[in-house]
Amino acid sequence: MNIHEYQAKQIFAKYGVPTPRGIIANTPEEAVANAQELGGKIWVVKAQIHAGGRGLGGGVKLARSMDEVKQLASEILGMTLVTHQTGPEGKLVQKVYIEEGADIVDELYLGVVLDRAKEMPVIMASTEGGMDIETVAHNTPEKIIKIAVDPSIGFQGFHGRELVFGLGITDPQEQNKLIKFAKALYTLYMENDAEMIEINPLIKTGAGDFMALDGKMGFDDSALGRHPEIAAMRDISEEDADEREASQYGLSYISLDGEIGCMVNGAGLAMGTMDTINYMGGTPANFLDVGGSANAQTVAKGFEIILKNPKVKAIFVNIFGGIVRCDRIANGILEATKLVDVHVPVIVRLDGTNAPEAAEILRNANIPNVIAATDLADGAAKAVRAAKGE
Amino acid sequence: MSILVNKDTKVIVQGFTGKEGSFHAEQCIAYGTKIVGGVTPNKGGQEHLGLPVFNTVKDAVATTGATVSMIFVPPAFVADAVMEAAAAGITLAVVITEGAPVRDMQAAKAFAVKHGMMTIGPNCPGVITAEECKIGIMPGAIFKKGHVGLISKSGTLTYEGANQVCKEGFGITTAVGIGGDPIIGLSYKQLLKMFQEDDDTHAIVMIGEIGGDLEIQAAHYIKEHITKPVVAFIAGQTAPAGKRMGHAGAIISGSAGTAKEKMDALEAAGVRVVVSPAEIGKAVKEVLSK
Repeated sequence: MNIHEYQAKQIFAKYGVPTPRGIIANTPEEAVANAQELGGKIWVVKAQIHAGGRGLGGGVKLARSMDEVKQLASEILGMTLVTHQTGPEGKLVQKVYIEEGADIVDELYLGVVLDRAKEMPVIMASTEGGMDIETVAHNTPEKIIKIAVDPSIGFQGFHGRELVFGLGITDPQEQNKLIKFAKALYTLYMENDAEMIEINPLIKTGAGDFMALDGKMGFDDSALGRHPEIAAMRDISEEDADEREASQYGLSYISLDGEIGCMVNGAGLAMGTMDTINYMGGTPANFLDVGGSANAQTVAKGFEIILKNPKVKAIFVNIFGGIVRCDRIANGILEATKLVDVHVPVIVRLDGTNAPEAAEILRNANIPNVIAATDLADGAAKAVRAAKGE
Repeated sequence: MSILVNKDTKVIVQGFTGKEGSFHAEQCIAYGTKIVGGVTPNKGGQEHLGLPVFNTVKDAVATTGATVSMIFVPPAFVADAVMEAAAAGITLAVVITEGAPVRDMQAAKAFAVKHGMMTIGPNCPGVITAEECKIGIMPGAIFKKGHVGLISKSGTLTYEGANQVCKEGFGITTAVGIGGDPIIGLSYKQLLKMFQEDDDTHAIVMIGEIGGDLEIQAAHYIKEHITKPVVAFIAGQTAPAGKRMGHAGAIISGSAGTAKEKMDALEAAGVRVVVSPAEIGKAVKEVLSK
């Protein structure tokens, strides 16, 4: 689960990671009131969406007067912000963060993420803050420092020294401040089961202080149960409505551009099914994993969600039953045809646990529109032909 | 021969008396797996499925001599269960449970490695040596005995791959579902090595997915150390580039983890890479009839 910048900064503050002061606003009027409360002469109006690249997309602007705060907030609130991380459809801005202007003399990059190969968190830092860090990693990899921290010993002094010397920071006071900063960030990463923290830029101010000017955080979904205060930060408006509805029924759904709806058990086989449809000259309309506990109700729901997409011309149900029993899927298909108007051909391939019983159920029901397939290749081929109206 | 487990392997079940644990333990027993007991705290001394229940793994190991544990406990207790198994001298833990927090698994795996215990999973279908020993949730009937080793991140693609191999008239020595979580136990590399050293295995099927770089590491390993034919499929060629928020993950792994990158690396290592999982069976036939 991802959270907004302003929420990340609330967590930073709790751990003593310095940030500029800021207040969240839902309307231009609130934006002005917030700017007045913050005081000063310069404010930053920042769109709050779950994506990077907001500045380049026009979602972060400087204001030098209350009128400007109001005008910029009105422009940004309600805009659909498109960045390289939102996809071409962009994201609707519903909140702006009003932040005091900062006195920036230097920009760094600091992040914490799991290194899967080392199997421990890694602190990443670079002197090239404020830039697209992936470009930095690609063009000048030597400018990125990576420090693995073994959780069994935690953040030690040597980790801190590696960090500051690596960044070329020579002033002892500044060294101490940045080490404290990084240690707090590591602690909050561990204590909150974060998946990723990224601060770009981390700024040095004229007074020689370090501050998180931006903040991105993602969390391990499997651990949210033990962090109710973080789970409460979930912003469902950032999620796709169909994907969310699907997840309530234990289905994992992602919509795509093609014509063949897919209902499959297991993420790997679901992707493999899409790949096979593509290989045979068709186009998948969605990814849908019915999971391990599919029953008649969830299958019916799956059909309903797939059929919401008007482009769908055929549906390929591809189940290899391990935990999922094929007879349950067969019953689900029957149920679905009663609950939902399944107006397109449905190609069904059921294999594995209780497959013979499932075949029997479907044969006895004798539903027009339902076409049996013997294996993955056969099913994909039939689905491609059906979608082409052949 | 086979790898990891065989008809003589003594297995206990952690989370034995739960719904999932009971159902799948029963299926494993029916397949022929030598399940010798199980562990459920506060139910020690009882009998379940005609087998003894113990309060702790330590008790279970002392009484039964089990060396392998199949773990079905709820996600929040997975790390504890893995560490208990390692501390009790279990040599292989097969973790079926889905949804264990990553931080927990990080600590549990580090502890397991320290105690010399191998782990499979979490969030995986388990391991099966065809017609001898099934430790997991796979439909046993599709795994016929033969000479092909199989390693897969995805559960259902394990079944799909094994089914095709068997339908082409070949069979399986051992199939291992390694799981796709950020922290997993045994990975391609270690298992490829085991299959290479197993005289009974003549070819290896390797099934991967987009994300991470385990398949790239495997490709490097294959190039250097594997002389047996390998067939590979990478799921997710048509998956859209995920919406994401940060950049850190991709920088750490040094790759975007796309299917194409992985397929290219495997092909460069001499692996027979198929573009659809429907081609796995045929490709195995090809490489074995060369």
